[in-house]
Amino acid sequence: MVRTHPLRAYVRTHRARAVRGVHDQDTSRAPRHGHERLDSRPVPHSPAVEVRGLVKRYDGRAVVDGLDLSAPVGRVTAVLGPNGAGKTTTVECCEGLRAPDAGTVRVLGLDPVADGAALRPLVGVMLQDGGLPTGVRAREMLDHVARMYATPLDTDALAERLGLGAFARTTVRRLSGGQRQRLALAVAVVGRPRVVFLDEPSAGMDPQSRLAVWELVRELRDGGAAVILTTHLMEEAEGLADHVVVVDHGRVLAQGSVPELLTAGADAQGAATLVVHAAGDVDPAGLRDRLGAGFAVERRSGSTLAVTGAVGPATVAAVTAWFASHDVLVTRLDLGRRTLEDVFLDLTGRSLR
Amino acid sequence: MTAPVPDVHAGAGVQRAAPATRRVLAQAAFEARMILRNGEQVLVAVVIPVLALVGLVKGTFVEIDTDGLSRADFLTPGVLALAVMTASFTSQAIATAFDRRNGVLRLMATTPLGRGGLLSGKVLGVLAVEAVQVVLLGAAAFALGWRPDAAGVVLALLGVALGTGAFTALALLVAGTLRAEAVLALANLLLLVLALGGGVIVPAERLPGPLSTVAAWLPSGALGDVLRGALVDGALPLVPVLVLAGWTVALGALAARLFRWH
Repeated sequence: MVRTHPLRAYVRTHRARAVRGVHDQDTSRAPRHGHERLDSRPVPHSPAVEVRGLVKRYDGRAVVDGLDLSAPVGRVTAVLGPNGAGKTTTVECCEGLRAPDAGTVRVLGLDPVADGAALRPLVGVMLQDGGLPTGVRAREMLDHVARMYATPLDTDALAERLGLGAFARTTVRRLSGGQRQRLALAVAVVGRPRVVFLDEPSAGMDPQSRLAVWELVRELRDGGAAVILTTHLMEEAEGLADHVVVVDHGRVLAQGSVPELLTAGADAQGAATLVVHAAGDVDPAGLRDRLGAGFAVERRSGSTLAVTGAVGPATVAAVTAWFASHDVLVTRLDLGRRTLEDVFLDLTGRSLR
Repeated sequence: MTAPVPDVHAGAGVQRAAPATRRVLAQAAFEARMILRNGEQVLVAVVIPVLALVGLVKGTFVEIDTDGLSRADFLTPGVLALAVMTASFTSQAIATAFDRRNGVLRLMATTPLGRGGLLSGKVLGVLAVEAVQVVLLGAAAFALGWRPDAAGVVLALLGVALGTGAFTALALLVAGTLRAEAVLALANLLLLVLALGGGVIVPAERLPGPLSTVAAWLPSGALGDVLRGALVDGALPLVPVLVLAGWTVALGALAARLFRWH
């Protein structure tokens, strides 16, 4: 299969390393099948974005503090973290908007600051605050940015695809949050980017918009683009990302595919979690006394308790019996499956900040 | 304009941007459209200068010593200077400050336009707005009896370009360092102060006391003197030209050092 691909040369240089298994950070999807596969399409594992030891300080305070990140071609990489974790700053360093204080950033093998002119045509950006002038009409903005590229996407088709037609002649200041986000996404992809940075793409979106955005992101990935998105929505990371990087305080706490992160978390605890939803309030300490030393019981919220330990059939029976003895109805029991949210909260802590 | 890309990454360096001139011209047209579509900006940049010209020339309530010139010949250069200041300073400072706050500068900097292209587009956009101002003001002044000499008009356009340099640099300096709301207030206030006491419409030498000395060294007074020299005497006065050039260099250097994109 012959396909004109701007990354062909780049991919060629990375092929040998990939075959040797040097790039081994992501095995969650499409395992390698050897040379045939590598000859016909971009190496899924070659990194489109490589960040090593990134440090960025504002007024002497390190917002990003020795961060390593690798985002493969043909994958969606989610940078997940609480507000103030350093997600936006990291992405802005990759976009060439900020110069690192230390460490290296490479996008498609290029330095985003020094090689900016060569890189900009290949990179699409959606900023967290939109970056759309308030006085411009929606469609006018999309057409304007399209003029910066030699061969942009057909803006009619793109506008229809993202449902921009309904507000094509409306000025940005009059658009809803979701409409602005959809326009900003259209602007980010109109230049057929090989690497797309989306900073909190689903913020302020209604469910329909979010669905449309997720579909477009998957399509970009399937077309061979590397998509890097920041989010603090577990649902988004879990549903959309092939590779999740959990960051906090400017450092990477964990990274891997969603299943990898879930298992890694469970292994660390060596235990399963039983979440008990009840119709009334009970004292977690009482339940822990009843279950014995091998279990931890904590209150999740109101009348929901989480039992962590070697949960077996006898544990479930003991829990329900204990609730019955307190005359409190158990309304739901969830066993086992940790969510990304559990992993995230374990890693970043549960206290408000 | 692509920087040389190392051979191993030749694939990534494939030029997919539109040509640089097309990008900058597209941005200039975009900027000019945004300004001319904004009611407040049109009021400040076009309506107020035209009203000022008509009011001052026709209104007999203001006593003006015109040095033996017709009122239109005496006042038009100063009103043109005022118009240049509204377009290149007030309106540009406000637009850039809000674009900066809304992330527009950063977003456009990530497209093939880049930071340099964005700034070039802004300057060309200002010049386009000024072309509209010059045509409308020139037509109004002509109707009021203004008769400049042809050579003076060409020199005056040079003066307009110099003044645009100095005041655009000042606009970028305030827009790139202060909060948008502060820029909104400052840009309007400064315009008013300079228009009244900065040697723009009333020449610096006619201002009372020490103000006359100060105003002659301000970019506003220098621009007024340059346009009056070109359009009334048919020659560029050396000292005001040097003053304007000095302000352009100093403000440009400060803006380049202090401008913050975030």
